[in-house]
Amino acid sequence: MIDFIKYSRLYFVFSGILILTSIVFLSLWGLRFGIDFTGGTLLEVEFIKQRPAISDLRKTISEKIQSDFTLQEIGEKGVILRAKEISEETHQKIIESLGGEEKVREKRFEMIGPSIGRELKKGAITALVLGFLFIIVYIAFAFRRVSRPVSSFKYGLAALIALFHDILITCGIFAFLGRFFNIEVNTPFAAALLTILGYSINDTIVVFDRCRENLIKSEGGFKEILNRSLSQSIARSLFTSLSTLLVLFAVLFLGGETLFSFSLALIVGIILGTYSSIFIATPILFRFYKR
Amino acid sequence: MVNKNWSWIILILIFTVFGAFFVLPGTLAKKINIEVPQFLRKPYKLGLDLQGGIHLLYEADLSQVEKQDWKSAMEGLRDIIERRVNLFGVKEPVVQVQKAKDTYRLIVELAGIKNPKEAIEMIGKTPYLEFREEMTEEEKEEILKELRKQMGPKANEIPKDSPIFFKPTKLTGKYLKRAKLEFDPTTYEPEVGIEFNKEGAKLFEEITKRNWHKPLAIFIDNQLISAPIVGKDDPSETGSIKGGKAVISGDFTIEQARKLARNLNAGALPVPIKLISEEKIGPSLGKISIEKSIIAAVVGFLLVILFMILIYRFSGFLAGFSLLVYVVILLSLIKLIPVTLTLSGIAGLILSLGMAVDANILIFERLREEVQDKDNVEPADVDEAFSRAWSAIRDGNLTTLITCAILFLVASGFVQGFALTLGVGILVSMFTAMVITKLFMKTLIQTRLRKFVRIWIR
Repeated sequence: MIDFIKYSRLYFVFSGILILTSIVFLSLWGLRFGIDFTGGTLLEVEFIKQRPAISDLRKTISEKIQSDFTLQEIGEKGVILRAKEISEETHQKIIESLGGEEKVREKRFEMIGPSIGRELKKGAITALVLGFLFIIVYIAFAFRRVSRPVSSFKYGLAALIALFHDILITCGIFAFLGRFFNIEVNTPFAAALLTILGYSINDTIVVFDRCRENLIKSEGGFKEILNRSLSQSIARSLFTSLSTLLVLFAVLFLGGETLFSFSLALIVGIILGTYSSIFIATPILFRFYKR
Repeated sequence: MVNKNWSWIILILIFTVFGAFFVLPGTLAKKINIEVPQFLRKPYKLGLDLQGGIHLLYEADLSQVEKQDWKSAMEGLRDIIERRVNLFGVKEPVVQVQKAKDTYRLIVELAGIKNPKEAIEMIGKTPYLEFREEMTEEEKEEILKELRKQMGPKANEIPKDSPIFFKPTKLTGKYLKRAKLEFDPTTYEPEVGIEFNKEGAKLFEEITKRNWHKPLAIFIDNQLISAPIVGKDDPSETGSIKGGKAVISGDFTIEQARKLARNLNAGALPVPIKLISEEKIGPSLGKISIEKSIIAAVVGFLLVILFMILIYRFSGFLAGFSLLVYVVILLSLIKLIPVTLTLSGIAGLILSLGMAVDANILIFERLREEVQDKDNVEPADVDEAFSRAWSAIRDGNLTTLITCAILFLVASGFVQGFALTLGVGILVSMFTAMVITKLFMKTLIQTRLRKFVRIWIR
C-alpha cells in the first residue's frame, strides 16, 4: 500500500505553482473572449477567385464601418471580419463592396448585440455558482454517515477546493493559449467548464465513496484508511479517465473545428480532475482532520 | 432460470440489431453501403448549427402594452411572424417566444434557407400601424414649452398640424382584420382600404367620436402617412364612424398601395420589434462538421471498446455489448423524443459515453477484488460486485445530473441541448450498466467460463 498522504506537501507545492501561474496569466491577459461573450459581429467570407490584399480590403471596409474592426486571413481564400455591432444594412453593403454574390461567398455571419453577450456571461456565471451550492449540499447529505472524524460537509468542501483547482488551472491554460495561439473562448468553453465541474466532482466522490466505505467497515487510523482507499481507487480512476480521454482525443483530432477548443478544454480539465481527486482532495481531507 | 436469461439476451440482441439500423445516420449508411429498410427511416432532428440556416433574435417593445396583456401580445406576434415565415416554404421553421427577465423576445430559426436577406427584410419590416389623435391644447402647450427650452424662439414657427402634436391611441395594427388595394371612385387614385375587427371597430368609433371634424393621423413605422379630417364630408356637429372601415390615402402609386396592403395583411404587428442578434451558418460549414463529428464519435466508441477488452478481457468484451446497447437506446430516444441535435449536443453524447464506461469499470474493479484469490467466479460474486459499485455510481452520476439540471434550467439555446443530451446519456448509462451488463455477466457466469477466473478480471 502506497503512502500517498505522506507526500502531500509535494502535491500542494506543485499545484500551488500551477495555480499561481494561472492567476498571473488570468490577471495579465485574461481569457480571449469570443463574440458570444463580448457581443459584436463576425463575418466570414470566401473569395471565389482571388483574395485581394488585406490592405485593400481594409480600405474598402473602413468606408463602411466607422468603428474598430479586425481582418484576419483564413485558409487560402477566406477572410474573417470582426467588428462591433453593425446593422443588417451595413452587412449587406459590405458584401456588395467586396464584390457582391459573384466575387464572394458568405460562409458565416454572426451578430450578437452586447446585451446578449452580457447575458450569456451572466448566465454562465450564475449556472456555475448554483452548481457549486447544490453540490456542497448534496455531498454533505450523502456523507452524513461518516461525520466522524471529519464532519460530512468538509467532504464537500474538499471536493470543491479540488474543483476550483481544476477550473482555475484550466482557465489559466486557456489564458495562455488565448494570448499566444489566439484561441478564443465562447459558449462551448463555458459548457466545457460545467462538464469539468460535473466530472471532477464525480471523480472525487468515487474516491471519497471508498473512504466512506472503509471508514465504516474497517479499523485503523484515518491516515491509514485514506491511503488504503486511494490505493484501491487509483486503478479505476486512471482507467476511467483514459477511456474518456480516448473519446475526447478522437473528437479533438477528427471532429469539426468548432469542437476543437471545447475538446481541448475537456481534456485538460479531465486530466486535472483525475489528479486532483487523488492528490489534492484526499490530502486536504487529511489536513482537515489534523486540525 | 438459465434459459430465461438466455431468452432475454437473444431478445436484447435482436432489438439492438433493429435499433442499430434505426439509429444509423443516413450519411454513415451511405458511406458503408448499407441500405436501411424504409419503415425504419426517420431523420434526426438537427439543430441550426448542423444544417445551416439563419437564427434571428428579436426584442419586442412592450412599452405600449399593459403588463397583463404582454403574454397574449407575444403570442399574437409569434403567430403573425410564423405566418409570414411560412411563406418561405421552409421545412419546420422555428418561431418561439422567449422570456428574459423583464423583456420578451422572439426567436426565429429558418433552416436551409437560400436567401436570408429577403427573409430578414420581410420579417423585420412588417409595418407598425397606428392611429394617433390630436393632443388637447394643454398637452400641446407642454410640448411647446419643452421645445422652446431646447430650440429657443424657433419653436414658435412649428405649424399647428405638425406630427409631434399627435399622441398615440389604443388603435393599432393589432385590430386590423383586412387591408385591400382600392381605387377612389371619383379620382381613381390608388388607396388602401382597411377594415377593423369587432374590438377595433368599437375603438375606432370612440376615437372618431372624440375627434369629430378633427384630424386623425395614420402612422406607419412612426412615419405620418396621412391625417384626414374625420367626417370631412358630413356636416353634422357630432358623429362617429361606425362599422370599422376606413381608407388610407396619401398620394400612393399603385405599386406602393399594393405593397402596403400586402404588408398590412401579412400581419400588422401588435408590437414593434427590433433585431438584436443574427446568426447565419453556411450549410457547407455545418455539413462538414456533422460528418466529422460522426466519424469522431464512431472512432471514439471503437477505441473505448478495444480498451475495455484489453484491460478487462472477457468482462470487457461483455461490456462492449452493453455499451452497444447503450448507444442504440440513447440514439433511439434522441430520435424519438425528438431531441434537437446541435454540435454541443453531440459533444454531450460523446462525453456521456465515456461516463457509461466508468460505471462498468467500477463494477469490474469490484469484481476483481472479490475474486482475485479464488478459483471460480460465482454468481454471488457478481452480485456483490454490482451492489458495492452501486453507491459510487449513484452518487457520482447524481452530482453530474445536478449540474445538468441546473444548466438546463438556467441557460438557454445550445447549452440546454448539451445538458439534455448529457443528462439523458447518464440516465441511460446507469440503466445499461446496472441492468444489461449485469444480465450478460450473470448469464455467462453460469456457463463453464466461470472456471477461468483470469479471463474475467485484469
